[in-house]
Amino acid sequence: MNRQDLQLIAEQTNIKHKQYKHKVCVCCGAGCIFSGSKKILQNLQDTVKAQGKKKDIEVVPTGCMGPCNEGPLIKMMPQNTIYQKVKNEMVPAILQSHIIENKPIEKWLLFKNSKQKPFINSLQAPFFKKQRKIVLKDCGDINPESIEDYIVSGGYKALERVLFEMSSEEVIAQIKQSRLRGRGGAGFPTGIKWETVNKYVADQKYVICNGDEGDPGAFMDRSVLEGNPHRVLEGMIIAGYATGASKGYVYIRGEYPLAIKRFELACQQARKSGLLGLNILGSTFHFEVNIRIGAGAYVCGEETALIASIEGKRGNPRPRPPFPAEVGLWGKPTLINNVETLACVASIITHGGEWYAQIGTPKSGGTKVFSLAGKINYSGLIEVPMGTSLREIVFNIGGGIPGGQKFKAAQTGGPSGGCIPAEHLDVKMDYENLVALGSIMGSGGLIVMDETSDMVDVARFFMEFCVDESCGKCVPCRVGTKVLYDILTKICQRQASMKDLEKLEELALFVKATSLCGLGMAAPNPLLSTLRYFKNEYLNYVNLQAALQPS
Amino acid sequence: MKPKRNLDREFSRTDPCVKLVIDKIEKENYRPDALIEILHVAQNAYGYLPMEVLSFIAKELRLPPSRVYATVTFYHLFSLKPRGDHTCLVCTGTACYVKGAQAILEELENKFHLKPGEVTCDKKLGLRTARCIEGCGLAPVVVVDEEVLSNVKPEEINDKVLAKMGVKV
Repeated sequence: MNRQDLQLIAEQTNIKHKQYKHKVCVCCGAGCIFSGSKKILQNLQDTVKAQGKKKDIEVVPTGCMGPCNEGPLIKMMPQNTIYQKVKNEMVPAILQSHIIENKPIEKWLLFKNSKQKPFINSLQAPFFKKQRKIVLKDCGDINPESIEDYIVSGGYKALERVLFEMSSEEVIAQIKQSRLRGRGGAGFPTGIKWETVNKYVADQKYVICNGDEGDPGAFMDRSVLEGNPHRVLEGMIIAGYATGASKGYVYIRGEYPLAIKRFELACQQARKSGLLGLNILGSTFHFEVNIRIGAGAYVCGEETALIASIEGKRGNPRPRPPFPAEVGLWGKPTLINNVETLACVASIITHGGEWYAQIGTPKSGGTKVFSLAGKINYSGLIEVPMGTSLREIVFNIGGGIPGGQKFKAAQTGGPSGGCIPAEHLDVKMDYENLVALGSIMGSGGLIVMDETSDMVDVARFFMEFCVDESCGKCVPCRVGTKVLYDILTKICQRQASMKDLEKLEELALFVKATSLCGLGMAAPNPLLSTLRYFKNEYLNYVNLQAALQPS
Repeated sequence: MKPKRNLDREFSRTDPCVKLVIDKIEKENYRPDALIEILHVAQNAYGYLPMEVLSFIAKELRLPPSRVYATVTFYHLFSLKPRGDHTCLVCTGTACYVKGAQAILEELENKFHLKPGEVTCDKKLGLRTARCIEGCGLAPVVVVDEEVLSNVKPEEINDKVLAKMGVKV
């Protein structure tokens, strides 16, 4: 395939889609599949066929639409009407009333059972209105298993432009201008990383896409890989071009079989269409992608551990420098980017770095995808501009706290992050502000807690995670996290003294300062942040113990 | 030179799964860096990783058995013990934790006298926990065999598991 063919595919697919009068999208993101959307999809296809409407109504499985707890979801196009909690017996009625009689069924509309008013055009609901979708642009609209659908929505246009109209320096300049920062959590400027790898001269360089989304409560990367795998692939190929790499590895968690399957399929389709392999689109650029499946180790999200794991070893991190940009996979210069970072690339090339930079805050450009869960009315996948306040996310988009409870804290960054208490609800979510509050942006998991959550136990929960996930290579992390966990358990059992509390804080700072890799350095974060904002709860446990002891 | 195959004939004849493993090893061209990929295939074939399979893989890839064992025990997804006929997987991710996964786990532990990672004496049921299956919108989540149960309440979980096992409640 060459440049012209790309345009041709887009036109042909467009004509094919236009033959249908109606389109029904069935959410086949993981959340909706868990609630049974595969059966709904089958049922819809069968019903449409049985009614002889196969030429009029197109039924498409799509990626995640967002409000996961209301699933299974189906979306009627072009009205953008979403029906929630769809059951098999509702299917004929929806087809009859919504499509044939053109009368939407109000009682089944999305957000019907809540304070948010249901809308015929669901995108008018506050849940969607406050969002800005770039990474998730086509997620929920196109069939993730069809390369044609991706091409028709503008896919691989950016790659074409890069290959024929831009030098690698120009691509890097655009990424730098966009102020895109690593979406895996640390927030390192992506453009600078690309430039560094580009500068090193080597016979072989690699691009690694980090899809080892280990944070509990974070499912952004999974949704992107499942909902629009071609977008990630396109970003990877562009990254390969910009850095001079000809081989790529995608490291996907073993817990995500669907993401693995869809990404594999995307690679096959791209290879068949000449978008992957030798002489991409007829240019002189070659790029090949391999998939590596993770085997369940949180530490493998750390870049040097990830490299060890791709090489087939235990996922032990190593000291940096040298950074992977210089000495990476098999000792070669290696670019490692998160799934979401790579998913931003195509849009930046298409619309320009400046456009992307304008969306976010002065220091962090663009949007961020969060997975919203916990004690919140609408949990699911959202994408907002950098700098959106936490209040807006929790109360406008997420619809507030259920059961008349009060907001207590939001936990970001998983076991490496911290808690943001109610007094900081107006914090503008970006990298610097969250660090100032003692948390981190992390990969984007956002768990909301209400008054019933015991913050000491929350700290203990995360510390238990770190004890289990510590690779055991360095002492501060291996032993330190265990001792911290033991002290926390002692506190929870009301057997600790004030002295223990002091020791806890001292040791936490010590582990943070002396651990080898990010896991150990960040492991005390949940503890330190709960200690900072909820010290009373710790004291309650300790004081009660003091009162019980005979003086 | 292609490595000489040290195949234990007895072992391969009694075990049809070994073919899947050999195919994968050949596909990966005996490269030691494909170890984790090969272990995935072996575990899918057997349901767990028997010791003799590990030494077989080590021989084929010309790796020290200690390296293979060290890799297997490092990663959570690999298991050295057989699984039960049915598996009950309780998600203990943050969202499930906040919504009460601990109570569900305790309920199951008490009813079936199991700790996570164990299998009942009759090998009927295995209890496991997961760090997060990322079904956070539906928390708390329990996966029984392949079926995902969402918004699980502690009082109903035992009956649901028993029903899945075919035991009349």
